[in-house]
Amino acid sequence: MFSASLSMLPAAITNGLMYGAIYALVALGLTLIYGVLHIINFAHGAMLMLALYAAFFLFHLFGIDPYLAILIVTPAAFVFGYVIYRWGVGKLSGGRDQNILLITLGLSIIIENGALFFFTGDQQTVSLSYSYEAVDLGFVFLSYPKIISFFASLLICLLLWALMTKTDLGRAIRAVAKQREGARLVGIDVENIFAITFGIGIACLGAAGCMLLPIFYVDPYTGNIFVVIAFTIVVLGGMGSIVGALLGGFIIGITESVGGLLLGESLGQIGISLIFILILILKPTGLFGSKV
Amino acid sequence: MSKFIPHLGGSRRRFIRNAGATVALASTGLSMPHIAQAAGTVKIGLIHPATGWAAYPAAQLRYGAQMAIADINAAGGIKSMGGAQIEALLGDSQTKPEIGAAEVEKMNEAGVHALQGCYQSAVGLAASAAAAKYNIPFSVDVGVSDKLVDRGLSNVFRMADGYGRIARDASAYLGEINAAAGSPAKTVVIVHEESEFGTGTAKLLTPALAERGLTVVDTIKHANPTRNFDNIALRIKSAKPDIIMPINYPGEYVLLAKTLRQQRVDFMTSYSVLGGGFNFKFIDDMPEIAENMIDVNHWYDPRSASGQAMRKRTEADGKYFTFEVYCAYMSIMLLADGFERAGSTDKDAVNAALASSTLEVDFMPYDKTEMVNGQNMGSRAVAIQAQNGDCQVVAPSAYASAKAVFPRA
Repeated sequence: MFSASLSMLPAAITNGLMYGAIYALVALGLTLIYGVLHIINFAHGAMLMLALYAAFFLFHLFGIDPYLAILIVTPAAFVFGYVIYRWGVGKLSGGRDQNILLITLGLSIIIENGALFFFTGDQQTVSLSYSYEAVDLGFVFLSYPKIISFFASLLICLLLWALMTKTDLGRAIRAVAKQREGARLVGIDVENIFAITFGIGIACLGAAGCMLLPIFYVDPYTGNIFVVIAFTIVVLGGMGSIVGALLGGFIIGITESVGGLLLGESLGQIGISLIFILILILKPTGLFGSKV
Repeated sequence: MSKFIPHLGGSRRRFIRNAGATVALASTGLSMPHIAQAAGTVKIGLIHPATGWAAYPAAQLRYGAQMAIADINAAGGIKSMGGAQIEALLGDSQTKPEIGAAEVEKMNEAGVHALQGCYQSAVGLAASAAAAKYNIPFSVDVGVSDKLVDRGLSNVFRMADGYGRIARDASAYLGEINAAAGSPAKTVVIVHEESEFGTGTAKLLTPALAERGLTVVDTIKHANPTRNFDNIALRIKSAKPDIIMPINYPGEYVLLAKTLRQQRVDFMTSYSVLGGGFNFKFIDDMPEIAENMIDVNHWYDPRSASGQAMRKRTEADGKYFTFEVYCAYMSIMLLADGFERAGSTDKDAVNAALASSTLEVDFMPYDKTEMVNGQNMGSRAVAIQAQNGDCQVVAPSAYASAKAVFPRA
């Protein structure tokens, strides 16, 4: 059995990479929001679920392919995130961590129960014309949705990295993250930057939701399935690090896949927890520190 | 709908018996509170995972249970108790055994007379044990663990089958279907979820399948939830089984089915046992994948007029007629019949009445109810197959509505 498992190792690693890219995208929003705003967004999973539903309804009602829906859901998610921070989290919390925690937790409960009420608990899936088309690599079949999701995730990570390092907005975000008062003194509208950053983080979830829908399902609790993974990636990659989130996503994706192959799908999940604990012990700042 | 509620009508003999029992109990002075409640309401607590990953089956269960309660009330309530109406108290187990048990405590405080639940075996085990402390009659809707009725608790009753008999029947049906096709299938891979339901069922299936000449070449356990089934699909592919046997909950069932197609795994059929995701919705959503897949499960009798009527009624309400609907319906019927024959809410009397149930549930492929240690021995699961966008019973032959397509086309 073990030798049979080893022969499947290349396939497991490839599959891990595919999923890792999507995990990275889910974690990207979290790491950005935490790294800059120091907010642990407990509504992250609930917001991912909303993005999945948005993509589902665009497909179901208007026939819009989930990958094209990225162009609608991502900006809509940005606006949603901006509004939620500007007139919700930011205003109501008074900047206190415990208030933020309670507000995002409350938001999560409201969103999930609202989804349960309006969308019911039914699990929804989409079948695209190319859902079962696949590229044969010899050792594994890679379905078109997984390939598209993989490259789209990489592209979004690259765009976000460029935004953060090459634009004035990115510089302003990094300035606010490093020295809030200093940024305010040089004329940066800190509250606006906070809201924009929150919006960008939620926009990442919007894109992730569109990419997850063709390969997963959505119900009011789907987001929670990915949120623990996202928190682990953020710790692993380093709070606020885009490169760290991407690399962390790949590491977790591969760990989950190879762990499942060698230890069994049930026991293999332990690998993720082990990595989380090891990072906390050996390098609490994560692989890429806390650079933003 | 009164045709769904047999034994609820009064009779002279029953009236005399109940009146005699009432007089006898009243003379002890102990049963006055129950008599005082007789013309009032009978409170039944419905404990389901209303929030969490099992929210959909929970909603279906509640729908079925509340449909039964509405029908019973509309038909005059519990007649032996002066037409007492049934009132539902709703509890949410959140898919967690400890919460399920806590809901029992809350409902006991609220004066509940009976309980129904809890979808997951693990939650049902905890909740029914909590109910046993207060001797509250407990009707299991679809929890399949045999431990639910094997613990010697005198308050726990189950109308539908448990996994012991289902594993035996599933193996027998597969043996029948395989033999009818000239026995092309020799090997099986079992893929099961890791909790009591999947693990317990898988353990029983291996020897039962061996008796039918089928060898289990691999047994793969997976977590709830599992995000990625690719490795499992590849492992199945390398084992080259003739039959794949999934035993899991809805989300994982559907993901596995999709991944098997994506990874081009070749097999004669998917023959699931209590496949959580095999239902009319799955067939509607993924007709190509679902076609000719087989599942062994609780299923209504499609040849019965009442079964067809209940399906039409459910679909008219915009819901899929999943097994949860009629399993919950009949588990409420069981309780109502217990109250009817006990003529009171006295827990001992109701438990004794439930233990001697002789219901005839005409919308299920069941014999008359016969309780042995709380398990209805008259129940049976059947093998159903997705054929041309609908579901057909393909085994046992006595209830079959179509011939099995095997190996699948």
